[in-house]
Amino acid sequence: MFSLTRRAFANTQIAGVASRGMASAAQQSAVGQYVGQKNGNGNYEVTLIPGDGIGPEISKSVERIFAAAKVPIEWESVDVTPVLRDGKTVIPDEALHSILRTKIALKGPLATPIGKGHVSLNLTLRRTFNLYANVRPCKSVPGYATHYSNVDTVLIRENTEGEYSGIEHEVVGGVMQSIKLITKPASERVARFAFAHAIATGRNHVTAVHKANIMKLSDGLFLQACQEVAREFPNVQFDEVLLDRACLQIVQNPSQYANTVMVMPNLYGDILSDMCAGLIGGLGLTPSGNIGRDASIFESVHGTGPDIAGQDKANPTALLLSSCMMLRHMNLNSHANAIENAALSTIAEGKAITADLGGKASNTQFTDAIIAKL
Amino acid sequence: MFGRLARQTTTVKQVASRLSARAMGTVVEDSVGPKCYGGTYTVTLIPGDGIGQETATSVKTVFDAAKVPVQFEQFDLSGFTSESDNLMQEALASLRRNKVGLKGILYTPIRKGHSSFNVAMRKELDIYASVAHCKNIPGIDARHKNVDFVIIRENTEGEYSGLEHQSFPGVVESLKIITRPKTERIARYAFDYALRNNRKKVTIVHKANIMKLADGLFLNTCRAVAREYPSIQYNDMIVDNTAMQLVSKPQQFDVMVMPNLYGSIVSNIGAGLIGGPGIVPGANYGREFAIFEPGSRHVAKDIQGRNTANPSSLILSSVMMLRHLQLNEHADQIEKAVNKTLSVDGVRTPDLGGSQSTTEFTKAVIRNL
Repeated sequence: MFSLTRRAFANTQIAGVASRGMASAAQQSAVGQYVGQKNGNGNYEVTLIPGDGIGPEISKSVERIFAAAKVPIEWESVDVTPVLRDGKTVIPDEALHSILRTKIALKGPLATPIGKGHVSLNLTLRRTFNLYANVRPCKSVPGYATHYSNVDTVLIRENTEGEYSGIEHEVVGGVMQSIKLITKPASERVARFAFAHAIATGRNHVTAVHKANIMKLSDGLFLQACQEVAREFPNVQFDEVLLDRACLQIVQNPSQYANTVMVMPNLYGDILSDMCAGLIGGLGLTPSGNIGRDASIFESVHGTGPDIAGQDKANPTALLLSSCMMLRHMNLNSHANAIENAALSTIAEGKAITADLGGKASNTQFTDAIIAKL
Repeated sequence: MFGRLARQTTTVKQVASRLSARAMGTVVEDSVGPKCYGGTYTVTLIPGDGIGQETATSVKTVFDAAKVPVQFEQFDLSGFTSESDNLMQEALASLRRNKVGLKGILYTPIRKGHSSFNVAMRKELDIYASVAHCKNIPGIDARHKNVDFVIIRENTEGEYSGLEHQSFPGVVESLKIITRPKTERIARYAFDYALRNNRKKVTIVHKANIMKLADGLFLNTCRAVAREYPSIQYNDMIVDNTAMQLVSKPQQFDVMVMPNLYGSIVSNIGAGLIGGPGIVPGANYGREFAIFEPGSRHVAKDIQGRNTANPSSLILSSVMMLRHLQLNEHADQIEKAVNKTLSVDGVRTPDLGGSQSTTEFTKAVIRNL
């Protein structure tokens, strides 16, 4: 296993170096940019992975809203139920080729198959398409009150290495070693994307979150990469903060982080992104995007809701907001704004909201209400 | 087995001396626990960097006023210079002698420089259990009410192993070490704590779905220990979900047990929920030694020397220390005075939205003794 992961790592490293070369050749702000082209009908093609459980229902809802908003998109629906090939978990060829061609996908929740040999599907997708940056914005939703009313955070998580390298072994009985892997190419890549994203969103400020006082070499390398990339972007403000301080400050007063883009290694990003989601009401209201070398995948990060699947009760907001993020990634900003405003004002009115938001409406009624506002 | 681990950071000689000290602890009961001579306890005081001097002064003033039978042996260590090494050795010797310490936080340089004195101290004295108590203080306005949970954090291994290397330029490996003996020890501490303090439930915090071996060992070992305590309920929760639950429904937590790094995260989220690091006390316990220090472990360099720091977290940590020394009357007296100062008198330092100084706060506490 060890040698396998090492080899896999060597590949990503080479890829990392290659992408570094590309980034310096092309425009800096082009890091992670969408490269899809319109087809003969003047539409962009987008791969749709409806997912499991409530996935098909909420995907249907997004499709209906997109049709009503006349978004210039053609969906190509695929199934990614994994197959085992030579003992490795891979996604079916049809899905693979679709995403490689369209460069962009929208994905509902997936159930991870249980049983030995299967790696989690999200991990498989991440590896297949080199999804190196996970973008997680969290913004308070007017009309859905939580303990916090002023949340507007953007967090970028390194997605390919760190604590989730998967390199672990038992040294002797009862002594486990888990290796956190930090590499310069991967750190630079995610940092560069964070700066590009800070420019694209007008925040013009990047904050690196780290624990380099304790993990001086690994987090130190991550921080150093961020500092070096920062020099390439003299117009973007850069600062750094210790992980524990960031946790404290966000929970105390999240508005302190309303004007910056946080960037951090894998595990910290995993924890902080869910914490921020908790501030605004949970994973049912937060979008997520995975920016990759070969494609970008936007998704809702909540579960498959097996208890309410097929009952028209699910709340499509997270997937819909993810689809708006996707539209912005494709530079279809006006459509994204129209859909987002319709969805948020529907929630703010509170007349046709789903049960998880405290209402009585079905998914269909909620979707109809959004369409009526377009 | 532990020899092999320890050799990376300490010399064999140091390990041998530590082992013998530990072994003695089981034989000669007297060498365990604090020393009391002529009715007075001697406690090692390390004010630390940042606001440490100001808050330590506050504690000393309060102790004087309350006539607490504690004498401090003070060491002005600083993490800003690496020349503190001799002082560090003296402080450690003092702690070994006195068994009990009160401590602020020492600064740790980022990326370069010496490794954390705070961590080194805990490792050297094998102070394995960190306990931080997050509870609303009446009168202090917080977003969340009825918060009352205790964070128990493994202090000596995990992500803070200090084992890192650059295997190739631009490629760094950092080792997270989880061992069964140390996990068993912290798990047992957590369940014992729950029993002793009439708590109902222990939540095991982990990331075993991704770190299947390391966190898997932590989770399974904790579960095995849990079965020895049928009267305490337990559940487990993945660390990212824990963070989300903490900021939305913190009331569901009672006692929480977790590896080192997650403890740092959770104790800071916890502090944020109830009004900030200025009011969260903490303690670190080993078999033989105990160090009491603020629960969220911030240096607070930014407000150093302005006489604006909130000394509550260090005073409340010293209250935990007094209970450890069985000086319960003094502990109750000081704790009540702090609570009255905060809740009834409404004396607030700037971190709680007030404008009173550290000195004014200290004076108010003394008035309320």
